[in-house]
This record gives sequence, structure tokens and C-alpha cells, in this order.
Amino acid sequence: MDPIAFLTDPFAFRFMQYGLVAAVLVGVLCAVMGTFVVLKGLAFIGDAVSHATFPGLVIAYLLGVPLYIGGAVAAVGVSLAIGAVARQGRLRFDTSVGVLFAGSFAFGIVLFSRIKNYVADLIGYLVGNVLGIGLADLIQVALLGAIVLVIVLVLRKELLFATFDPLGAAASGLPVARLEYLLLALLGITIVVSIQAVGIIMVVAMLVTPAATAQLIVVRFNQMMALGAALAALSAVIGLYASFYLNLASGASIVLVETLFFLVALALGPRSGLLARAARREPTEAS
Amino acid sequence: MTQEPVGATSAIATRPMRPDAATGPVTVVVDGVSADYGRRPALTDVSLEVRAGSLLAVIGPNGAGKSTLLKLIAGLIQPSAGRVLVLGAPPGVEARSIAYLPQAEAVDWEFPVTVNEVVMMGRYARLGIGREPRAVDRVRVAEALETVGMADAATRQIGALSGGQRRRVFLARALAAEPELYLLDEPVTGVDVRTQEDLMDVLEAEARAGKTVIATTHDLICAAQRFHEAALLNGRLVAHGPADLVLDQRLLAETYGGHVLVLPGDGGRLVLDDAHHHDEAPAQERHFHDGAR
Repeated sequence: MDPIAFLTDPFAFRFMQYGLVAAVLVGVLCAVMGTFVVLKGLAFIGDAVSHATFPGLVIAYLLGVPLYIGGAVAAVGVSLAIGAVARQGRLRFDTSVGVLFAGSFAFGIVLFSRIKNYVADLIGYLVGNVLGIGLADLIQVALLGAIVLVIVLVLRKELLFATFDPLGAAASGLPVARLEYLLLALLGITIVVSIQAVGIIMVVAMLVTPAATAQLIVVRFNQMMALGAALAALSAVIGLYASFYLNLASGASIVLVETLFFLVALALGPRSGLLARAARREPTEAS
Repeated sequence: MTQEPVGATSAIATRPMRPDAATGPVTVVVDGVSADYGRRPALTDVSLEVRAGSLLAVIGPNGAGKSTLLKLIAGLIQPSAGRVLVLGAPPGVEARSIAYLPQAEAVDWEFPVTVNEVVMMGRYARLGIGREPRAVDRVRVAEALETVGMADAATRQIGALSGGQRRRVFLARALAAEPELYLLDEPVTGVDVRTQEDLMDVLEAEARAGKTVIATTHDLICAAQRFHEAALLNGRLVAHGPADLVLDQRLLAETYGGHVLVLPGDGGRLVLDDAHHHDEAPAQERHFHDGAR
């Protein structure tokens, strides 16, 4: 087969064009926010928020309002509830997160099971369908994604300081508490925007994997963000080709490509790669 | 550095009496302050004043409230009672004139930042949101790294540094901020002797330049030899005043709940503390200010 045609053929289809743009946008957005998720240890909270949006999506679907709105309302509601439970009780924070996100997700499933023919659509929500994105959805993704990216870009000094050393940053006068709330809000927007592309279950992978891969390779914050974004964009492209030619689920293909990059970096990365360690004869110690 | 040499074996007893008593304006006022974490009290009714030019060691067993006192002054936590004034205003108002150095354990050393970037963070509050570092900021960062002897390591990732080098870098960040008040949580803990001497030289120079330096420490020998003032904490303030008066066997015993061993030596004393015992009820706090001078 003609290699040029091999590369261009898939994008003769409009759904593939939209899918590609959406997958790259979501990948880059998730990788940028994922840098904070990885460095602040927010992976579990990201996963929780993603699952917690589910009842909101279902109710929005039933009411015929945009899914983003339903998802965002549910995400904020559950986040506030988690905060309230964590403050009131004697429970650890991650315990209240676990209880409430599972409960919220179950509530979504129960609501969904009342809808006729629910199984096929349910899978669409859970694993996403980036190739099913229409122009209106795409514009929403681009708009919200651009807002998040611009805010992160403008505040990246302050977000870096507050993430690295919250006490030192607060003592020097930066509004650390407000920056942390802002970061969580941006994370919430990112998750809701990404769900349609990659589904509730795999959003956390999009957030964590490219950023984690980058952290294995580079030693600067800006580089980690940029490399994570580049890896995510590349994974989106490769994943969509695999999805097209091998007839694989699109979101899962993208996540698998990201995971492969991670495994390669783990083995070969200059900072903590297994080979680099063997070369330095430091069998198990982190550098 | 310009300070006079302090021999490693110089002892409290042979130290000249209070050569360095700070006479500048009062920069920190802690007035009847209590603080607690949930239902557990951390500090009870602490009052002290610190002047510009002070080099103050905050001493006490684990859980005595040393870090809490620094955080109160930095405005990172709020007192449950009492009042704190920093540079004439409530904590936080003059934040740009404060440099706070967290304990080494509070830092994620795998974080992807270089030495240069960490020190540049000291300039961020001055720069303001959305502003990129300018030439003057890069000069200040380079000077600070030079002062702590880390100029050669500017592009290294912080995780690749030794414990002593990490403390040097964080002190450089504090210097780069050009603060009036240094709040340093264990700046010389767990570092080699050379680093300790170097860092204390830098802090002493800052105090002489009229800055206020407040540092917590577990190292009583360092406190006795290198700091000008000491404050003994044990949930309450046991004593505050010139280091040579405050670092006294009886007051230390009171601070550490009797678990202190003071060995008379060759013109010096070795002080060992058992950091896990601090439940004795402290007596009246002691101040050695004007009366003692």
C-alpha cells in the first residue's frame, strides 16, 4: 500500500478529522493539567471526580441539556460533599473520596439502567468515543481547553511555586489557597471536557500517564509539561491510526500508546531508567 | 565572611558576653499567643519581641511548638488567642519582606526543578503575576547562589544534591527574596559541619546587616556557639534572651523535662537531649531583655 495514502486515507473522513483534532486537544490539555496531578499526587482525586460526573451526565441526557453542564454540576457537588465529609468525620480524606465517588457512580448507573437499551450507550460513556464527536462538541472542547491552557500559562510561575513549596509560597505572599482551588476547578473542567473523548474510566490515564512519562525523562517543570503534551499529541495520532486500521476502540488505543511510551521511558529514561541504573551500578536506589 | 572566627571547641563559658545584642527596632511581636491543631494545643500564651539585627535560635524538644511559632509569624496559621505583629502589621501583610524556609522533609526532592529555578522562586512574589524574571532578578539569583557556594550547581536538578547542598540552595532562595525577616525551620539540621558553619556565616552577616533571623534548631551546641539569642519552647515559652544566659543547665532541664545530660568538659559542655520526653509542666517563663543587659 502507498505509504502516503496509508497516512492520509483515514482523514478523508470527517469523523476522523474531528476525532483527530479532539483527541490531540484533549491529550494536550490532560497532559498539562496532568503535570500538576502527578506532582501533587492528585491521581485518585482526578479518578474520583471523573466517576462522580456520571449521574450528572445521565440527568443532563434525560433533560436534554448539554452534557458538560450536567457533568460539571455533579463534579462540583460531589467535590463539596467530599470536603464536608472529610471535615466532619474522623475519616481519612481518601476514604471519604472513595465512599462518595463510588456512591455517585452507582447512582449514575442506577439512573442509566432505567433508560431503554442502556448497555450500548453506557459503554460509550465509560470508555468514550472520540470518533463520535460533532462540530459543536469540538468547538466546546477547543474553547474550554483554550481557557484552561491560557490560565495555566499566565499563572505558571505561581502554580509552580505553590505546587513545589506551598508553605514557602504562602509565606512570600502568594495566594496559595486560592491557587489550589483554581487548580482543582481547572482539573474539573479538564475532566468533564475529556470524558466524551476517552470516557470516565480512562480520563485518569490521560491525566497521569504522559506527565509521568515526561517526569522520567526531563528535570524541569516547563519541559515536563511540554514533553507530556507532545507525547499525548503523538499518542492521539498513533492511537487513531491503530483504531482506524485495526478497528479498535479509539480512547483505549490512545491510552495504550501512552502506556507504551511510559514503559519505554521507565526502561530507558535517563533519570531513573532501568538501563541507566544498571549502567551506574545502582541496582535499586532512586537517583 | 566578616564574622570573627568561632572555634569548634569554643564553649559557652568562654564566649564573650553578648557581643551581638540586637538594638534595632522591634520587627516581630508575639503577644499572648496560643495555637492549636484541632483539640491538641501546640503553643500556650507565648509572648516575645524580636529586634532587627537579631539572630535568634528557637529551641525545644519535638512537639514543643517551634515550627508552629514560625508558621504563626509567617501567617501560615492563625493563633487561637493573642496577637502577632510582623514589621508593624498583622502576619501576611508584609509577606514580600519575609523569607520562609520549610523543613527538608516537607520538600519533594524528585520534583522537576533545577537549583536556578528554586532560587528564582524567591523573586516570584516581587515579580507579580504574569511577569517574567528580568535581568535584575537573574543577577540576584546568581549572587545568592554565589553567597552560599552553589554557583556551579545552578542547572542541576535538586534531587541530585546532597542534604547540605539542598539546605544551601534553599537559603539562597531566601537571600534572593531580599527579605527583612528570615523564618528558617531547621536550616542546619542534618548537614555536615562545613555546611553548618557556612550557613551560619551567611545568617550572621544578614543579622549584622540589620535583618531579623529566627531559626528553629535541635542543635544546642550550634545555638550556643553561633546564635546571639535563644528562645526555649516547651508548649510555653520557658525563656528568651541572650544565648549565653538562656542556654543554662537549669532552664534546659526545664525545657526538656529533665531529660538533659550536661557534661562538664574541657572548658565546654556537651548537652544531650532526649527529644521524646517533654511532658513536664513548665514554670514561669523568663525574659532576659533590658534587665539582663
